[in-house]
Amino acid sequence: MIEEQILETGKDTREMTINMGPQHPSTHGVLRLELVLDGEMVKQCRPNIGYLHRCFEKYAESVEDYAKVIPYTDRMDYVSAMNQEHGYVIALERLLEVEVPERVEYMRVIVAELQRIASHLLGIGTFGLDLGAFTPFLYCFTEREKILSIFEKATGARLLYNYMAVGGLMRDIPKDFKSDTAEFVKTFRPKIKELNDLLSYNKIFIDRTAHIGILPKEVALNYAASGPVLRGSGVEWDLRKNDPYSIYDRFDFEIPVGKGEVGTLGDCWDRYIVRVREMEQSLRIIEQALDGMPDEGDVKEGIPKRIRPKEGEIYTRTETPRGELGYYIISDKGASPYRVKARAPSFVHLSMLPAISKGALIADMVAIVGSIDIVLGEVDR
Amino acid sequence: MKEQEEIFDYLKEQFGEDTVEFMKGDVGRPWFQFPAVRIKEIAKFLRDTAELRFNTLMCLSGVHYAKEEELGVTYHVHSTTLGHSMAFKVRVPIDQPNVPSVESIWKTADWHEREAMDMVGVMFDDHPNLKRILTPEDWEGYPLRKDYEPQEFYQGMPTTA
Repeated sequence: MIEEQILETGKDTREMTINMGPQHPSTHGVLRLELVLDGEMVKQCRPNIGYLHRCFEKYAESVEDYAKVIPYTDRMDYVSAMNQEHGYVIALERLLEVEVPERVEYMRVIVAELQRIASHLLGIGTFGLDLGAFTPFLYCFTEREKILSIFEKATGARLLYNYMAVGGLMRDIPKDFKSDTAEFVKTFRPKIKELNDLLSYNKIFIDRTAHIGILPKEVALNYAASGPVLRGSGVEWDLRKNDPYSIYDRFDFEIPVGKGEVGTLGDCWDRYIVRVREMEQSLRIIEQALDGMPDEGDVKEGIPKRIRPKEGEIYTRTETPRGELGYYIISDKGASPYRVKARAPSFVHLSMLPAISKGALIADMVAIVGSIDIVLGEVDR
Repeated sequence: MKEQEEIFDYLKEQFGEDTVEFMKGDVGRPWFQFPAVRIKEIAKFLRDTAELRFNTLMCLSGVHYAKEEELGVTYHVHSTTLGHSMAFKVRVPIDQPNVPSVESIWKTADWHEREAMDMVGVMFDDHPNLKRILTPEDWEGYPLRKDYEPQEFYQGMPTTA
């Protein structure tokens, strides 16, 4: 009997199942992981989600107006709201075959890239925080704050903007937007180097993240991973280049990929460093877009009075900071979409967690969850 | 890279004219329709054939077609090596909503299929763990059906304010 054996030897060798979450600080929201443990080793990991389910799709299908869905898309991935809106309005513009003015396109690209930097700063900062590095978190948030202030001036909100409209923008672009953004680009570049010195190449940080949570390329593709998670495994894949939307084909930028520099290809550190390097590329895009953006033009003139697509369906995908965000929209000529499905990158990445966490130590689970950078608002919708 | 028409001709040749349907709305992208019973075999073919190589399943969505009293599943696949994508559907009657699972072909289908089951009630045969995912396990009904009425009480708690 096992009890007798424990009494005799003083060792309990049975498996143990524990819950990590739903209120665990490193799960970035309400996520519950059922971990089956052998000592400290994770034998199995079963994610449980749904705590933040807010019926996004049901709402979108019953709202009687396509445009009224836009503020709700903000609330899916609430730390990169601009990118969520961008994907949705592009899907509708393709369904309606609407032309978008140049000035609007440039503005959208600039805010989308600013948002990408803000989102990566949050992802990187909290990733460090999870692993015990408190200072980089404060550095990241100082910079993120500057982006949010630019957004506040332009949209009136700091997190959930409701800024993009089908065929245009909800508000005119403020006069000092260009100078503010140029100033930010100038001051932010040296900060990336500072962040690298402080966190990326820190010995303790590397020890916690290298060789941990390895995601091989084939597994990543079979799970349809995207964004920094896929690129961290060494696949050069970015929808801004591979399936271009908006005006991304006009800009010159590179796709950073993981190379296994300090550990194994596809480990936590690779996924992390891809995000850091992407911020530099985003700065390059912003600079080019600021140069190219026309100074004159009405951002609201292209907005249709009534949105009634003809019968048909479309799947469009855009590159958000977390990966491929897809909107599958079916129109039946009605006032509200017949079906809206949001394919959230975090949802897909979280489903991969059991595959990459097998055999990890329980302390490394924190690093793995942090490195796939999930936002539970988007997972549960 | 293949255009949609080329893919259609290719599949017609492979599976016969009765199996493959090619459809298009007034706007948007076209899609293919296959019989549900053969979906696993077709999915495997789409993934493994050298000319097609659809190695990623981007999205899998369940749809309730209220007028026809049918449930549908839409698959969006893409080939990262050849650069083409396509959409295909299966439709099943609402009183017998069984569709073979493609989880063994594209692992990402695991959670997508659970979501489609949870939200519209498509039953995926041979799925390793077909449980509700977004709603609690003992929730009643399928929220994304057009005729859905929320249950009044959930474990003694009123569901409406």
